[in-house]
Amino acid sequence: MSDTKNNWPLWEVFIRSKQGLGHKHVGSLHASDAEMAIGNARDVYTRRQEGVSIWVVPAESISASSPKDSEALFDPANDKVYRHPTFFVLPDEVNHM
Amino acid sequence: MIQTLEQFDAYVAAEKKIEPKDWMPDGYRKTLIRQISQHAHSEVVGMLPEGNWITRAPSLKRKAILLAKVQDEAGHGLYLYSAAETLGVERSDLVNDLLSGKAKYSSIFNYPVLTWADIGAIGWLVDGAAILNQVPLCRCSYGPYSRSMIRVCKEESFHQRQGYSIMVELMKGNEAQREMAQDALNRWWWPSLMMFGPSDKDSEHSSQNMKWKIKRFTNDELRQRMVDMTVPQAECIGLKMPDNELKWNDETGHHDFGEIDWDEFNDVLAGNGPCNEERLAVRNKAHDDGAWVREAAVAYAEKTKRKTKAKSTIR
Repeated sequence: MSDTKNNWPLWEVFIRSKQGLGHKHVGSLHASDAEMAIGNARDVYTRRQEGVSIWVVPAESISASSPKDSEALFDPANDKVYRHPTFFVLPDEVNHM
Repeated sequence: MIQTLEQFDAYVAAEKKIEPKDWMPDGYRKTLIRQISQHAHSEVVGMLPEGNWITRAPSLKRKAILLAKVQDEAGHGLYLYSAAETLGVERSDLVNDLLSGKAKYSSIFNYPVLTWADIGAIGWLVDGAAILNQVPLCRCSYGPYSRSMIRVCKEESFHQRQGYSIMVELMKGNEAQREMAQDALNRWWWPSLMMFGPSDKDSEHSSQNMKWKIKRFTNDELRQRMVDMTVPQAECIGLKMPDNELKWNDETGHHDFGEIDWDEFNDVLAGNGPCNEERLAVRNKAHDDGAWVREAAVAYAEKTKRKTKAKSTIR
């Protein structure tokens, strides 16, 4: 058995399922370079016409927020319900706005 | 935010999903790494018995279908390895554990695939059992595992149907073909029931995994479901289940069935199945034979990187 300690870099895969929709994260894979990553993503994630476009991004290039910052980042939106249109009650006579 | 075991338990109990960067108990992480990687290994080793039949498929249509199925199994292995890696393990460590024999994979793949009817029985029974195991895993509390399982289940249904359709076709054939189908069922039925693992009274991981919502149903519940689901499918095409104690029980609303040979189960699990050695040897050979490809790909990537760098400095 040969030693396979040298992992190919990890790539995150994003697929556009059809024109008009954004690319969505579907998983990750290993590949030696971007070209191989796209080829592997095609084989692993689009065997049943799941995609019309593929993005691959080296996992190490992605910066992510941390769960420990989530209160500071996301809680301030909780008390701003007025950002939602349903906050404002319309007179009965006005059906749509 | 989850910081303590109490918070974690409450969060999971409320059917919320855990994501990779969330805090989780060590036991939860360890159990998931073990289960997801074993699951991935099973998909990978599962390609071997069926792969042997690609060149011997009876028609071009069946060859194309089997090829697509085997390719799916590779895909399933890859979704699962990528889910396991989100828990902080390295792909190469997982692969090495499989190759060295340290990690386990589903014992079902240590049985030999003797005839074309076995390919039918595997799709119908083995993939059928896998679906019953995997559907509840789509609701697993760990997000990446759950998402992989949703993809896998969508594809697995094709596997089961293609297997059953092989059996249907054989049962419509001549005497020898029907015998071949029956023989395959006789050999694969009990090992398929063993796929659900030890009986509930002997299962070591069950209760904690239920609490963590990794597991939703017990081994015996799923096994009963397998029996109830499969018996009518066999009857419908004229196959006889190899179990004299099998009969419908009006009171329970389920089939009663005979006792599994747990000695055989433990023996195959311990590495003494008919094909344990062969499977690992073939997997190791494929891995070793592919080493030059992996090395060449890395060398090429490095060379290309150097060239691009050199270019940008000139500008």
